[in-house]
Amino acid sequence: MMISVENLTKRYGAVTALDGLTFAIEPGVVGLVGANGAGKSTMIKILLGLLPATTGGARVLDLDVATDGPTIRQRVGYMPEHDCLPADMSATEFVLHMARMSGLPLTAARERTADTLRHVGLYEERYRSMGGYSTGMKQRVKLAQALVHDPGMLLLDEPTNGLDPAGRDQMLALLRRIGTEFGIPMLVTSHLLGELEQVCDHIVVVDGGRLLRSTSTADVTSASRILAIEVNERVDDLGRALHAAGLSVHPAGRQIEVELVDDSTYDIVLDTVVQLGVGLHRLERRRHRMAEIFRADPTLDPNGQNLQDSQGAPNGVAQSAAAELQQRWASTAGPGAPGTPHHDQRPDEGRQR
Amino acid sequence: MSSNGGVIHDIGFRHYDGPRLGRGYLIRSLYVESLRGCYGLGRSAKSKIMPFLLLTVLVAPAVIIAVVAGVTSMKKLPVDYVGYMFALESAIAIFLAAQAPATVSRDLRFRVMPLYLSRPLSRNDYVAAKYGAMSTALFILIAVPQTVLFIGALLAKMSFWPNAKDWAAGLLGALLLSLVLAGIGLLIASITPRRGFGVAAVITVLLLLSLVSGALASLADINGHPDLAGYFALLNPVSLVQGVLHWLVDADVSYPQPPPGTTGGLVFTAAMFVVIAGCYTLLLARYRKVSAS
Repeated sequence: MMISVENLTKRYGAVTALDGLTFAIEPGVVGLVGANGAGKSTMIKILLGLLPATTGGARVLDLDVATDGPTIRQRVGYMPEHDCLPADMSATEFVLHMARMSGLPLTAARERTADTLRHVGLYEERYRSMGGYSTGMKQRVKLAQALVHDPGMLLLDEPTNGLDPAGRDQMLALLRRIGTEFGIPMLVTSHLLGELEQVCDHIVVVDGGRLLRSTSTADVTSASRILAIEVNERVDDLGRALHAAGLSVHPAGRQIEVELVDDSTYDIVLDTVVQLGVGLHRLERRRHRMAEIFRADPTLDPNGQNLQDSQGAPNGVAQSAAAELQQRWASTAGPGAPGTPHHDQRPDEGRQR
Repeated sequence: MSSNGGVIHDIGFRHYDGPRLGRGYLIRSLYVESLRGCYGLGRSAKSKIMPFLLLTVLVAPAVIIAVVAGVTSMKKLPVDYVGYMFALESAIAIFLAAQAPATVSRDLRFRVMPLYLSRPLSRNDYVAAKYGAMSTALFILIAVPQTVLFIGALLAKMSFWPNAKDWAAGLLGALLLSLVLAGIGLLIASITPRRGFGVAAVITVLLLLSLVSGALASLADINGHPDLAGYFALLNPVSLVQGVLHWLVDADVSYPQPPPGTTGGLVFTAAMFVVIAGCYTLLLARYRKVSAS
């Protein structure tokens, strides 16, 4: 087990930051998701052995946080959420110093500093004072100082915080690479579920200090029995035609979703598209989205209500609109007008099984 | 990663299975880094100006005296080693005021503390390394000009042993003054994350203590209480060390009255150790409260 937490509670006076959390996670890229103030940072501090738990306990890399704090801190790398870089120092000087502060002898520290800064994508600018760095560069240095001593595990607190969408994607790709190629397991926190589902093997969701979910992303985002179809025109006609052909059809924005029965479903879809003579842009198996874990479970704790609402409300609207459209198609069922088949894109290219 | 230069060949991540050194090494590393930081080494060019300017202010007169002594073939240096240190006490105080915040306030301001505390280093280790670094920086500042004087004296072919003895006394004075001033400076600077406040606070405290103790000592002396006048020097950290050195190596004092007799000497020495130990203890207490986030 990379991390196991047993009935963990942390109170600051009257405020309960963590409330009886119990979960265990295997090594991998693990996401810890929750709104601001959900207790993510408190959890990390407890895992580092810097903060004592009020009750319960936790183990990190099979070490007890209450008694083996120094050993844990030698073996993990920690990237805090906030700024932590002295403005008057260069990235090289700083990461070198932090490498030595993790116990690396000078020569090894020098070598690994250069390597690590390159891995996180800092090149010439690493000799400049960090005061002039952009947020993206600062986040990279913060990651580098956590990574430089080749830790057995990384604890990353909001590594995508403050980044623009492009920077966010780069950071997530980097994290994925560290987790898979470098083989360093990590716990990543974020308040955005969507970005973690791209990189994590396992997701722990906390809200108001309580555990909502602890699931493997593979379970949640495995391929579903839904086929998504996107055509360049006459979406409604295609929907009616597929319905007439006996498929269960749901409109989804500019796409159409049909239930995948077996391989013949693909043939029916392709035949129908060819008959209608429209261009097929996309034909793929839908993957579940992490957001569905909130909708999927109606027995969620009332504390999770706000999370559920924020994800569920737009979907509720979409679902009723979808139901309406579906009825319309059913009533006007009939074969679509045949037309000349033309191939914008070969249907097979979009086909993913 | 997007910023592929195209010429950088990725040889992949290499794992590290070399030694991971323990706390002693961490304290030493932090000590060396902080000591370098006191002189702006490994920092921006701007950070180097102040410490090296002050080092020049302290060393230049010593060089001049040494050269003049050599050229005019003096038999004895015009200043003694301990006296030189106290003659330039204000430059030492400015160095402390400038560099104590650069040593500790900086880590609070830029929130570097969580990075240290998330490593095997303990809070007490941090205090030990910083106290050591600040004291050493001050010691270098004071001892370098004294050593320049000593070398000058030897080059001017003055007699070796008396000079060596006085030089050693000077180094002892440098050590004691460094420990006292470092403690006071770091304690004040550790309260604020703001560099400017730290500088102003250290200067103000040292100036106030010196003014108050000087005024009280003069008043007591004029009103016919020479012993009391001597003891008022306890209030000022610089004259405190001066008093100890007067008792130990018969150094001159700049106050109207020296510490009275052996009792005075013992009281001054005890007070000095109380100040050093007290500052260190208060620093430990201060850093127990510093948040790890």
